[in-house]
Amino acid sequence: MGAAEQNMSSARSAAAGRVGLRRIVLPLALLAVFAALSVCVAVAVGSVPVGPAELWAVFTGDGAPLHRTLVIELRAPRALSAFAVGGLLAAAGALMQVLLRNPLADPYVLGVSGGAAVGALGAMLAGLGAAVVSGSAFAGALLSTLLVFGLAHGTGSWTPTRLLLTGVVVASGWGALITFLLAVGPTDQLPGMLYWLMGDLAYARTPWMALAMLAGICLLILPMARSLNVLARGPLQAAALGVPVRVVEWSVYVVASLMTAVAVTTAGSIGFVGLVVPHMLRLVLGNDQRLILPAAALAGGALLALADTLARTLIAPEQLPVGVITALLGVPTFLFLLYRSR
Amino acid sequence: MTVLGTQGLVMDIPERPDGVPLDLEVRPGQIWGVLGPNGAGKTTLLQTLAGLRRPRRGRVLLDGWALAAYRRKAVARHLAVVFQERQDGFPATVLETVLVGRHPYLAPWDMESAEDIAIARDALARMDLAALEARLVSTLSGGERQRVAIATAIAQTPSVWLADEPTNHLDLRHQVAVMELLRAEARAGRGVFLCLHDINLAARWCDHLLLLYPDGEACWGAADRMLVPEALERLYGQPLARAEVDGAQVFVPAGGATSARPQTRQGGTQ
Repeated sequence: MGAAEQNMSSARSAAAGRVGLRRIVLPLALLAVFAALSVCVAVAVGSVPVGPAELWAVFTGDGAPLHRTLVIELRAPRALSAFAVGGLLAAAGALMQVLLRNPLADPYVLGVSGGAAVGALGAMLAGLGAAVVSGSAFAGALLSTLLVFGLAHGTGSWTPTRLLLTGVVVASGWGALITFLLAVGPTDQLPGMLYWLMGDLAYARTPWMALAMLAGICLLILPMARSLNVLARGPLQAAALGVPVRVVEWSVYVVASLMTAVAVTTAGSIGFVGLVVPHMLRLVLGNDQRLILPAAALAGGALLALADTLARTLIAPEQLPVGVITALLGVPTFLFLLYRSR
Repeated sequence: MTVLGTQGLVMDIPERPDGVPLDLEVRPGQIWGVLGPNGAGKTTLLQTLAGLRRPRRGRVLLDGWALAAYRRKAVARHLAVVFQERQDGFPATVLETVLVGRHPYLAPWDMESAEDIAIARDALARMDLAALEARLVSTLSGGERQRVAIATAIAQTPSVWLADEPTNHLDLRHQVAVMELLRAEARAGRGVFLCLHDINLAARWCDHLLLLYPDGEACWGAADRMLVPEALERLYGQPLARAEVDGAQVFVPAGGATSARPQTRQGGTQ
């Protein structure tokens, strides 16, 4: 091979690398802009609207004290929490769907959210403080994870169907426990518990842990994304192509559960984000996990930031649990997509 | 030199006696065929050779080294497996599917390069699939999917092929095309190891055969020494008639009820 030829082939490969990268970077850039806009909308809209010029003034350090308090102290933590929770749920859903090779898997369906809810409600009933409620929700999510994967593993190997069925059954078990806790709970605590069950961002004050988790895990899981593409072809084929299947499967499951636990601890159990967002993205962007995972984080975050804005403005001054909005948006969207896909 | 070998290999099939330990030597340029009735363990053998299943006893050697000592990714650069069953849970295009064959050559952060894409396109062309590159695999016929699977293995550029019924679902022309491709791979110095249902494909294209009996007995050797009607009749429990057509031996089921029953056969005849 001559030097010229070599140059040409390396130039070609660089070009293709860029083309491949552009295929990923362009949609992500668009989604990032969309996500930034949605967070801006979330901090601007409310009982006292903040216009674009005023918002800019606040961001650059000027602006009226009222606006500063509103945006930076009240709305921004909630909007960023919504973004982080939405991103965590959507990315966790995308991961579980690849892991189970089933587009119906998501933290809600698999009972992880239910376990977290039981943990939180139990702590609330016991009259324990907010920190214990969070910790208990976290423990519930992890317990549910271990339960589902332990039982589904049984004496043989994981099959996606058995895993999904086990998750569904465990989830309905949590559902019964939740109903029980609600039935024996004192009446004055019921509204708070119900809000928590439907997902509520009203008490989300510190977005940083969830945001750091989201960013950290995206960075951690991205190098694994091509292995996940291979894993989607089945574990035997993946092993034959050099993927350490066991390691990848366990890491994905642990990571997805952690993400769910943090999300549920921050905002209660919010359904449909983990199911609908990855599914919609796959219809538009294909099924390359290197693109879908960060895209799900951005789109899920943006969706939940907007949904939470709706939740606190639709019937203002009353607030709706954000889970109502995601379900009301998610159910018809999902049914429509299912209907159209055949 | 042996690209793929076994030493005293006994497959781990539950509730089956050890039978004859396998001492196989697949050399570059050879095409091995495994024949046996349903449930004889052909697929299990293939998975054991690929390192996807632990053997009960003995070991598999890849390029003279114990397979178990290799990292999975290094194995995948040497050895391609074409499975009989495949899962296509999520939508993927034909080109994306074949590009998966390049996975063992890429580092975690790498994107597929122009070379990888060229290799994948070349594999598609060799399997007569170039026109279908952008189609979703889920919209293809069974035979087309089989060719996609073989193209994926081509893109893996292996030095050993393990293929489970590679001609499944294929029409006659593509059956011949696939067997010719495997012959070309063997002539290029690679080892080829196939499970086959069709004795006649084996008779025409394989130079070595392994007969696998359901009770764990086995015998192996050069194809012309294995293609004995009595041995094959015992293997399948089915009387056979032999003819010579177009320079190749052809076996067809002989008329009448099946009377021959599988008998055990001791030891390997190397």
